[in-house]
Amino acid sequence: MNEQALLGLADDELVLGWRDSEWTGIAPMLEEDVAFSSIAQNEIGHARAVYELIVGPEGDADALAFDRALSEYHCAPLVELHLLEWAHTIARRWLYEVADEIRITALKDDSDPAVAGLAAKIDREEAYHRMHAEMWHERLRDEPRFQKAVEELWPYALGILPAELRGELVARVGHADVDAIERETHTDELAPLWEEMTMVRRSAPAGAQW
Amino acid sequence: MVAEAQVWEALEEIPDPEIPVISLVDLGVIRSVDVSNGHVRIEFTPTFLGCPALEVMKRAMEEKVRELGAEPEVSVINDDSWGTDKITAVGREKLRAAGFAPPAPRLVQLQSQVHKCPYCGSTDTKLENIFGPTPCRSLRYCESCRQPFEQFKTI
Repeated sequence: MNEQALLGLADDELVLGWRDSEWTGIAPMLEEDVAFSSIAQNEIGHARAVYELIVGPEGDADALAFDRALSEYHCAPLVELHLLEWAHTIARRWLYEVADEIRITALKDDSDPAVAGLAAKIDREEAYHRMHAEMWHERLRDEPRFQKAVEELWPYALGILPAELRGELVARVGHADVDAIERETHTDELAPLWEEMTMVRRSAPAGAQW
Repeated sequence: MVAEAQVWEALEEIPDPEIPVISLVDLGVIRSVDVSNGHVRIEFTPTFLGCPALEVMKRAMEEKVRELGAEPEVSVINDDSWGTDKITAVGREKLRAAGFAPPAPRLVQLQSQVHKCPYCGSTDTKLENIFGPTPCRSLRYCESCRQPFEQFKTI
């Protein structure tokens, strides 16, 4: 897999980890407070592992994660959206997990053994995110508010995957194959998140010891 | 000159920072130890990629090796080599005795979906939350002895 696609995966996980962590302390149920915090921690852990793989043993994964300009991020617009509304949040979690499973399954067969090995490790953890997303999907699938949220986010969800993997997502979600909102374009909602996410790195002199 | 067995013995003294009843060796996260000319190379695989205890464990291993008078090199290997099946039998029993239900062997667990209470042994337990206080744990409740407990996730 090429480096840009790996960066796309890592940036998706980093940015979604930040977005999921926005529920910490304010989720509608204590159980979901715990779940979103834990999922966010896992996603950011996956991002770190992929950044480390890209930069190699001597490289600086933090620099890759936080020292880039906003335009240099490769995350998909789906993960950038600031969604502090439960129906949309759950719709995104579910759509993202379905798409991510298709992507990770493909990566497990990557010709680079380091990529395939890491994908297999990520997959073991993602199984629990999928259980969580599926549990909510079953609970809300007949609710009009949830259905509307899925409908709105669907073109964004397609943008998670490269064109050749989208057919499987279409089949699994059961929506029409519409025009995707593509990666490499950014929503206006990424800029405030980027400001927050990189604030400490930008405020400390280069090479600061923590 | 330090021997490989001495290194393993020293590593057995390092508790998991989040579940201190079990050692890193019993947890199965130490993949290999290689000793040559006073240089000790340890390959280590984290349980979960987002585990915040990673750096703490790495430093503890380096310290133990230095105490033996050797130079440590700890490599973190992020591949698929760790799963809960790597937890030793001794480790499983230590977890259970401390109230953490140990994971069943992966295939058995995934097929049976049976979770045993670590206190009374009943299988009449229900899932309260897939997620818990750390990434590796779920929360369950035993209907038989009416005790909530933490379940080590099968990975």
